[in-house]
Amino acid sequence: MLDFLFFVEVLLSGLLTGALYSLVALGFVLIFKASGVFNFAQGAMMLFAALSLVGVQEMLGVHWTIAFIITVGIMIALAWCVEKFVLGKLVNQEPIILFMATIGVTFFLDGFGQTIWGSDIKILDIGLPNGAFDVGGVFIDQLELVAGLTAGALVIILAIFFNKTKIGRALRAVADDHQAAMSVGISLRYIWIVVWTVAGLVGLVAGIMWGSKLGVQFSLSLIALKALPVLMLGGFTSIPGAIVGGLIIGAGEKLAEIYVGDLVGGAIENWFAYMLAMVFLLFRPQGLFGEKIIERV
Amino acid sequence: MTEQTVNPGEVLLEVEDISLSFGAVRAISDVSFDIKKGEIRAIIGPNGAGKTSMLNCINGFYHPQQGTITYKGQKRSQMKPYEAAAQGIARTFQNVALFRGMTTLDNIMTGRNLKMKSGLFSSMLWWGSAQKEELEHRRYVEDIIDFLEIEAIRKTPVGRLPYGLQKRVELGRALAAEPELLLLDEPMAGMNLEEKEDMCRFILDVNDEFGTTICLIEHDMGVVMDISDRVMVLDYGGKIGDGLPEEVRSNQKVIDAYLGGGH
Repeated sequence: MLDFLFFVEVLLSGLLTGALYSLVALGFVLIFKASGVFNFAQGAMMLFAALSLVGVQEMLGVHWTIAFIITVGIMIALAWCVEKFVLGKLVNQEPIILFMATIGVTFFLDGFGQTIWGSDIKILDIGLPNGAFDVGGVFIDQLELVAGLTAGALVIILAIFFNKTKIGRALRAVADDHQAAMSVGISLRYIWIVVWTVAGLVGLVAGIMWGSKLGVQFSLSLIALKALPVLMLGGFTSIPGAIVGGLIIGAGEKLAEIYVGDLVGGAIENWFAYMLAMVFLLFRPQGLFGEKIIERV
Repeated sequence: MTEQTVNPGEVLLEVEDISLSFGAVRAISDVSFDIKKGEIRAIIGPNGAGKTSMLNCINGFYHPQQGTITYKGQKRSQMKPYEAAAQGIARTFQNVALFRGMTTLDNIMTGRNLKMKSGLFSSMLWWGSAQKEELEHRRYVEDIIDFLEIEAIRKTPVGRLPYGLQKRVELGRALAAEPELLLLDEPMAGMNLEEKEDMCRFILDVNDEFGTTICLIEHDMGVVMDISDRVMVLDYGGKIGDGLPEEVRSNQKVIDAYLGGGH
């Protein structure tokens, strides 16, 4: 019985950590879906958003909700700048060129964030609950639970946004073909600003969750790397895929560490996700929920 | 879909002395021509003659370095493609530019993009007016689907369709915008005889029933001579002929360009 409770606890904790991975992965999926670009800068955006939030809060000494609203404004301005100075110049270019441009944005954001807000580790406290509570012998971390619920809510909102609104359809159109999208009267500029704003906001939410857990520090942008196996598992174009992928990776690595780790000398948690992703690349390259890759020759 | 009264003779679009070059390459040099309301206007010419560049100038993808384009009596300076779309210019592309991941229905729905009014928030909540609006557009799109006889592939992702059907979906998307001027870039390229005949029929029907003005590029001479009211011929970026099909057919310069007299 105790063994079973322990298993459930590990599983739950894994799933909830997974939800945190999903939050990061969501930002990637959004931009990939909407512009066909793998946005290397997503991790940097998450960090930048969290840094700005803490920075504004410290500088102005305001309540976190006000700092949050200001940060939303900063992310919108960032999206506008990315379109104005980077993407707007690259209309109709190959996806690989846009991808390279996002690498540039990454370096810029990392440096810019440090210049403005400094490079110390900052504590982010917006009053999210801390510590664990006990449900029938299973301990659940409160922060992770909040993160899980937030991820769930975000997915529902985004799914509606993409499938039910005119902008959602325009986003998918832009992802498929720039020229054709423009010819039906879609303004690329507007769409790109919208999508980078949304990705920035998702980054902000993810940054708040991770920042509350680990403190706001530069290693946060590395967590974005964990989103890669999540995306390979879930599929780069699927919002539910990002969630399911995150959950599988989160639960998988915790369970593997506890139950298989001893057999191979431990430290499975660090590479389990990547190995799982590689297996997926071999057998199901589009991921669990990705669009099947159809190529007519 | 209401029938419009057509008053042929009125000029819808006038191109005056436009020139377009990419670096040292001259794609179009000093070409003038006009498109009249309600007509089917063909642009023909050998490969690389500047036909597609001409369409790209008209719908704002390219901005000619010289000359002016007057549309609906309004001389325009540099126009963005989405502005052209907003003023009633729709088009299809030489190498089918569809949204491959989306279904036929969704592809054609994107054509309604500019006609949709409801805001982001209400459409996210699928609220009254937004819902009603979506349904109205859906009805219009279903009419187009019926018209083009593609009911069976309504829910199929277009990436899976054969080429001929993709071209038809692309036409549907352009029609969904209820355009005044429809630009068709080689609507029949790569089609078999039967598909060509269908496409001809659709083009003529669109022209007849909705009074849409059509400007098309086509290589199949038989088709061009049959369906167009007037034909313009480009060669090496310059205009070498313009007029009724029979006039163009007997124009010596045109014959040379096509039979290889000149090059």
